[in-house]
Amino acid sequence: MEFLLYIRVIRIFVKFVFNVLENMETNRRQFLKIFGISTLSGLGSIPAIWAFTQHSALSTQHFGKRWAMVVDIKKFKTEDDYKKCIDACHSVHNVPDFGNPKDEVKWIWKMPYKNTFPEQEDDYISGEMKNMPFMVLCNHCKNPPCVRVCPTKATFKRADGIVAMDYHRCIGCRFCMAACPYGSRSFNFRDPRPFIKEKNSEYPTRAKGVVEKCNFCEERLSKGLQPACVEACKDNKALIFGDLNDPDSEVRKVLETNYTIRRKPELGTQPGVYYIVGAKEDV
Amino acid sequence: MFEKALTGDKRYWGWIFSLLLIMGTGFIFYLKQLDYGLGITGMSRDVSWGLYIAQFTFLVGVAASAVMLVIPYYLHDYKKFGKIIIFGEFLAISAVIMCLMFVFVDMGQPMRAMNIILYPTPNSIMFWDMLVLNGYLLLNLTIGWTTLNAERNDMPPPDWVKPLIYVSIPWAISIHTVTAFLYAGLPGRHLWLTAIMAPRFLSSAFASGPALLIILCLIVKRVSNFDPGKEAIQTLGKIVTYAVIINLFFFLLEIFTAFYSNIPGHMHPFKYLFFGTEGHGKLVPWMWTAFILSIMAIALLINPNMRKRENILMVSAVLVFISTWIDKGMGLVIGGFIPNPFEEITEYSPTIPEVLITLGVWATGLLIITVLYKIAVSIKEETV
Repeated sequence: MEFLLYIRVIRIFVKFVFNVLENMETNRRQFLKIFGISTLSGLGSIPAIWAFTQHSALSTQHFGKRWAMVVDIKKFKTEDDYKKCIDACHSVHNVPDFGNPKDEVKWIWKMPYKNTFPEQEDDYISGEMKNMPFMVLCNHCKNPPCVRVCPTKATFKRADGIVAMDYHRCIGCRFCMAACPYGSRSFNFRDPRPFIKEKNSEYPTRAKGVVEKCNFCEERLSKGLQPACVEACKDNKALIFGDLNDPDSEVRKVLETNYTIRRKPELGTQPGVYYIVGAKEDV
Repeated sequence: MFEKALTGDKRYWGWIFSLLLIMGTGFIFYLKQLDYGLGITGMSRDVSWGLYIAQFTFLVGVAASAVMLVIPYYLHDYKKFGKIIIFGEFLAISAVIMCLMFVFVDMGQPMRAMNIILYPTPNSIMFWDMLVLNGYLLLNLTIGWTTLNAERNDMPPPDWVKPLIYVSIPWAISIHTVTAFLYAGLPGRHLWLTAIMAPRFLSSAFASGPALLIILCLIVKRVSNFDPGKEAIQTLGKIVTYAVIINLFFFLLEIFTAFYSNIPGHMHPFKYLFFGTEGHGKLVPWMWTAFILSIMAIALLINPNMRKRENILMVSAVLVFISTWIDKGMGLVIGGFIPNPFEEITEYSPTIPEVLITLGVWATGLLIITVLYKIAVSIKEETV
């Protein structure tokens, strides 16, 4: 029992430190906001920092981010609209192309409506709708089953809602692949390096025997950039990305003005990827 | 006591060397797998666990079944099991070692295996499974070795073993419960998402384990001067009879819930396993074989007059073992992945290297059983 308690204390402590660091790094603007407010209200700078760390550790809801994506399927008109998103992601993240479905690694890809939302089975949905390709990727769930089952914390949920991977800690047990109800995870069944078309030195390649998946471009977000797929289709705004905890963000506005659905909501995972379903515009 | 394993007739050494040969072959192919990656197996993005994890799951059951000897002997003072209880414990040792080996060969990054201990993660069931399996191995090694040593010296086992034996009873239940929880807590895998997963695991374990023990006891009787005792084997037969019937009952409960509720996700895996889906039906002949064998075994076992004949008991034990192996060692794990989360069908069949590695692990387990049983039998031959 003592051992468990010990682990729990360490976990809470690590989570605390992680939250603090995370917020300091990515929420500088909010930091300045609090800093400014507290200075105005006559508090010194040291108590202001204290107040900031207290807040961020106690409630990420107020100051933390929750990244999310809206896929507006009406905006995907041509084959090329899908392709450029997929290619942008796969090239920037050194995703290999083995050319066979057995070894396949993918982060974002097309899936027909009937497979993306199989529980929506209906005899009277048009054939066109049934086969309409949807963009699928990791849902960055609020309650990720993959994180729950990982025996080494190689996959973990960040304070900003991103479900991330540590490729160096993963033992390749593939429990997360069994746990993911969305089929979002891929395993490197072979050495992926010879199958990367053009290596991007900005992002690591993976070794064989580890699991990988979409990371919501955390490496780009930390530089203040939008995810690669979102940027690739920014002309028609087919993918909208932003912070759910910010009431003024674009995703929040899109979610307020559109009816959206998520994949398998009945499982309680709370996916961070939303879909606007509808007939194609101007086709 | 190990010296007992180093003397034997030609048959004994022939058997040992054949096992070593299979182990060696498996090991060579494992090296190949290390080099190439798990792509050498039939596993894929959709069916991400295959033969290895299925064997692991099945063998946890075999390991847990030692408790079916321990409970009658130690809790109900059923003396007839006194002579064979060591076989149950040694079978558990070998089965747990095979389990650990199967998990190991299934890892993509086996050199990082210690990460499970370096970064203990209590929210992962795998963490607990690692703990209970290793604990169970230690318990059985200690109990088995100490009691056998005491028997050799014509002494009662030391007092400190008793509490360990009592602990080993719930511990045996725990290894199979925790292993069931690996599966039963995953959202979106309908075949596994069932509250009776742990009871099903236990019923199938208490059928397959004692069935294997009957087979092993009858082999021991034939190849040595040691007689495990007719009544002990008959009692094992009774245990198998109950367990295999309960196992079938639990299976029918699953069928009822899936098909009466008519929820598509719950029906899909069963339809795939027993009838095939969209022209894919690689497991259909296997599943029907398992089903028919278990019905045949029940028909043979349920009649006490039939069961009393050792040949028929042996045949039934083999039927039960094969049937539970197919059901758990193939259907359960692979069926859980089909259809995939997109309701597509990706089938799986093991590759030749995968089968050879699997056989290599089984050969290792059989070698451990052989050596341990040889020691036990030699000591029993001396003391009888």
